[in-house]
Amino acid sequence: MPTLPRLELCALHKNYGGRAVLQGVSLAVGVGECYALLGPNGAGKSTTIRCIQGLTPLTSGTILLDGLPLAQWPAGGHEFMGVVPQGDQLDPDFTVEENLWIYGRYFGLPKGQIRQRSRELLALMMLTEYAHRPLQVLSGGMRRRLAVARALIHAPRLLLLDEPTTGLDPQARHLLWTRLRTLQREGVTLLLTTHYLDEAERLADRVGILDGGILLAEDTPSMLIRTHIPGDVLELRRRDGMLPDPENWHEGRVAAAERAGDTLLLFDRDLDPARAHFAAEPQYQLLLRPATLEDVFLRLTGRELREEAS
Amino acid sequence: MNRQNSLFPGWGALALVRRNLLVWRKLLLPSLLGNFIDPLLYLLALGYGLGHYVGRMEGMPYLTFIASGIVASSAMNTATFEGLYSAYTRMAVQQTYLSLLATPLQIGDIVMGELLWCAVKGAISAVAIVLVAAFFGAVDWAWAWLALPIILLTGFVFGAMALAVTALSRSYDFFMYYFTLAITPMFLFCGVFYPLHSLPKLAQMLAGLLPLTHAVLLLRPLLTGHLPSQVPLHLAVLGAYGLFGYGIAAYLLRRRLLR
Ligand SMILES: Nc1ncnc2c1ncn2[C@@H]1O[C@H](COP(=O)(O)OP(=O)(O)OP(=O)(O)O)[C@@H](O)[C@H]1O
Ligand SMILES: [Mg+2]
Repeated sequence: MPTLPRLELCALHKNYGGRAVLQGVSLAVGVGECYALLGPNGAGKSTTIRCIQGLTPLTSGTILLDGLPLAQWPAGGHEFMGVVPQGDQLDPDFTVEENLWIYGRYFGLPKGQIRQRSRELLALMMLTEYAHRPLQVLSGGMRRRLAVARALIHAPRLLLLDEPTTGLDPQARHLLWTRLRTLQREGVTLLLTTHYLDEAERLADRVGILDGGILLAEDTPSMLIRTHIPGDVLELRRRDGMLPDPENWHEGRVAAAERAGDTLLLFDRDLDPARAHFAAEPQYQLLLRPATLEDVFLRLTGRELREEAS
Repeated sequence: MNRQNSLFPGWGALALVRRNLLVWRKLLLPSLLGNFIDPLLYLLALGYGLGHYVGRMEGMPYLTFIASGIVASSAMNTATFEGLYSAYTRMAVQQTYLSLLATPLQIGDIVMGELLWCAVKGAISAVAIVLVAAFFGAVDWAWAWLALPIILLTGFVFGAMALAVTALSRSYDFFMYYFTLAITPMFLFCGVFYPLHSLPKLAQMLAGLLPLTHAVLLLRPLLTGHLPSQVPLHLAVLGAYGLFGYGIAAYLLRRRLLR
C-alpha cells in the first residue's frame, strides 16, 4: 500500500437469515489507491459496497474511513463518499443535467458550484449534448456514465464503483478508465467491483478475489499471476465440440490445469511437450499465451459456474 | 453515538421537498386543474343537488357546511395518495430513497421530507377548494387564514399514516385495502357530510378516535367565521397521530431499506 489507509474493512460478517454472505472480509485501501474486488456472481461484492455505504447493517465488523469508524462520521461519511451503484438509481423524473443538480443539492452544495461542476462532469463523460434530454432517451452505457458523473458531483475522496463499466462500449470504457486514473492521481481512493479481468489488470493497483464471502487472495495483478500461475498457459479446444483431453493425458505432465466450459487450460513453465502432443491431433485448437488475471480467477474460484447453494 | 441512519429529521428533508416540488412543477397545469375540478364537482353535486333538499345544516347553508368538510377530506385524500402511490413509486420503483441514502440524507430526512411534501400537496388541493367555495360565497374570511396550518397538519398526519402503509407494501394492490378500510370510512363517518351528533353514541365515540374528525371540527368553524372549541384536544389528537405516524413510518422504512 502506498500511503495511509483511507478505507479499512475489518472482519466484516453479514448473514441473511442464517446464510453467511460475508465471512470475515478484511481489506484496506490507501489514499490514491485503486482496489478492484473480483468474484463470481453472488460472491458478496455488492454487499460489501452496500455495507460501506451503511445500507446493509453488518452482523459484525467495523469499517474505518481515515481511521475513524463510519458510525462516528456525520452522515456515515457520505459527504466524502461517491457511489456508483450496480443499478444506476438515477432519477427518471429529471433531465440529465437536472439529475446532477438535484443530487448536488442533497450534499448542500451551493448552486453556482453545482452548475459549474455539472457542466464539467457532463463534458468529461461526453454527455454535454444530452444535458437537456430526459433520462429515457439515454442508452444503458450513457446512463452508466451519468451515474459516474453524479457520484463525482461533490468531489468525494472515496469512490465506490459497483461494476461501473458493465454495458459500456470500448471507447466509453477507456474514457472512464482515463478519468478514474486522473482521479487517482488527485488522491481519490477507488474501490471498484468488476467482471472484466482485463479492466482490473489495467486499472487496479491491487486486486482482491472474493468468493462465497471470503477474500481468497489479494495482491497486485502481476504478483497474483506470478503466485498462482506457474509459467505460461496453453488453451485447448476441440473443433468437434467434445471436451478436450477426455483421458486426462495432461495429468502429471503439467504443473496445473483447469477446465472452463469447453476449454482446457494447462499451466506450466515449459508447455512444449503438451503442445507437441496435442498439435498432432487434427481436431485440436491450440493457443499458447502468457498468463492473465483471468487464469488466476478461474483457478481460485473453481472452474465451473456453480449453482447457488442456498 | 451512531450517526448513520438516524430516524430524526434534519435539514436534508428540505432538499427532498424541493425535489418533489420540482417534479410537480413540471406537471403543474394538469395537476392544478385536477385540484380544482374535483372539488368543484363535489360542491356542485352535493352542495347544490343535495343541498336543495337538505336546506340548512347547523345554521348554515348546506353548501357552506359541506365545503369546509371537503376541505378537510381533500387534504386527507391528497396527502394519502401522495404517501401511498407516489411514495411507493419513489421507494420501490425508482429507487429514489436508496439513491438519497448514498448522500448525507438519513432515513429521518427522507420521512420528514416526504411528509412535509404530503402536507404541501394536501394544502394545495385544500386551498383550491377554499377558493372554489369562496367563489360560491361559502367562506367567511374572519378566521380562515388560521385554517392553513391546520390543513398542513392534516396533510402531515395522513401522509405519515400512508407512508407507514407504503413501507409495508409489496405492491400497489395493497393500497386499495387501506382506502376501503381506513380512508373511506373516515370520509363517510367523520363529520364531512353531516354533524357527528346525528350518529349513535357509540359511533360518535369511535369517530372521536379518528384524526379526520378533529381536522373537520377545527376547520369548519375557522372557515365559517368562528373560533373552534376544544382546540387543545383536537390539536393533541392530530399531533399524536402525526408523531406516532412519523415514528412508525420511519421505523418501518428503515427496516425495509436497510437490509
Ligand atoms: N436482501 C437480501 N436478502 C437475502 N439475501 C441477499 C440479499 N442481498 C443479497 N443477498 C445474497 O447475498 C449474496 C451476495 O450478493 P451480492 O449482491 O453481494 O453479490 P455480488 O458479488 O455483487 O454478485 P454479482 O456479481 O451478481 O453482482 C447472494 O447470494 C445474494 O443472494
Ligand atoms: Mg453485485
